[in-house]
Amino acid sequence: MIVVRWIRAFTRFWIDFIVGDDWTVAATVLGAILVTWGLVRSGIPAWWFLPTAVIGITVVSLRRATKEARRPTPPR
Amino acid sequence: MNATVAVTTFLAAGIEVIEMVAIVVAVGSTRSWRAALVGAAGGLVVLTALITVLGTALRDVPLQPIRLVVGALLLVFGLQWLRKGVLRIAAQGWAIGQGEEHVDESDVPPDGFDWTGFVLSFKGVTLEGLEIAIIVVAVGGASGAIGSAIIGAAAAVIVLAAVGAATYRLIARIPRRALQLFVGSLLSAFGTFWAALGVGVRWPGGDLALLYLVALYACTGVVLLHFVRRWQAPPGRHDRTATSEEVR
Repeated sequence: MIVVRWIRAFTRFWIDFIVGDDWTVAATVLGAILVTWGLVRSGIPAWWFLPTAVIGITVVSLRRATKEARRPTPPR
Repeated sequence: MNATVAVTTFLAAGIEVIEMVAIVVAVGSTRSWRAALVGAAGGLVVLTALITVLGTALRDVPLQPIRLVVGALLLVFGLQWLRKGVLRIAAQGWAIGQGEEHVDESDVPPDGFDWTGFVLSFKGVTLEGLEIAIIVVAVGGASGAIGSAIIGAAAAVIVLAAVGAATYRLIARIPRRALQLFVGSLLSAFGTFWAALGVGVRWPGGDLALLYLVALYACTGVVLLHFVRRWQAPPGRHDRTATSEEVR
């Protein structure tokens, strides 16, 4: 049990460390890289896609973070 | 020597070194300087070992997959910093942003080695050092200039630790929030550039793309500050800067 708990804590540490508090940013970045690869394979100029996706997800993520911060915490 | 890589790692490692110095100074001044410095030295040994092992492991891997993997990692990592920088500046302004570290001093042994102080200092330096190791290996590995990345990070550790040792006030005056936003833009730009190169993108202007990507992300961050302040303000009051509690 201790080993399982240790592995869980270790995995959580690395996910927190790399992905941070908003996993949708990391998921969108990975998705955008895949789409960029698809565009390159299709012969379509793809340099614009990743920066556009990055700016888009940054705006969405900041909007969500401010909304969540303003939501009142329920009384205990 | 790749100056762009060295300057980037110097700035990115600099933020982490400021935090390292803050932890070591807090432990040293409240508990025991000996324990704080031995802990910091232990943390720096771990950092050196990590960079050596990861840097050596990457040497034989082809550049294209390194750029893809490291670029994606750096982009996700850089965006975390950019978001945090925007949220913190929007809530607390551009001013310094160096928080005091609080250390419990109730159980300092009157004689003998302060092991708690050692662990606090060691843990702090090791965790901040882990971020430095990732930045050095990512930036150095993807550009094929690991030596320049190590020089940049080592310079940050030496210069900022020396300044911190001379007077912590100078370190505390570095505008950390602004640096976080700028370095977040810088790391995101490098990450975008390399991840795209890794899947075969040809950037208009070649390496110059790094410059316009940094400018694009930094400008986006500054413009977003305006919107985030509006979003943080309660309905009907868009002229107020939100409190720090609201971004946590």
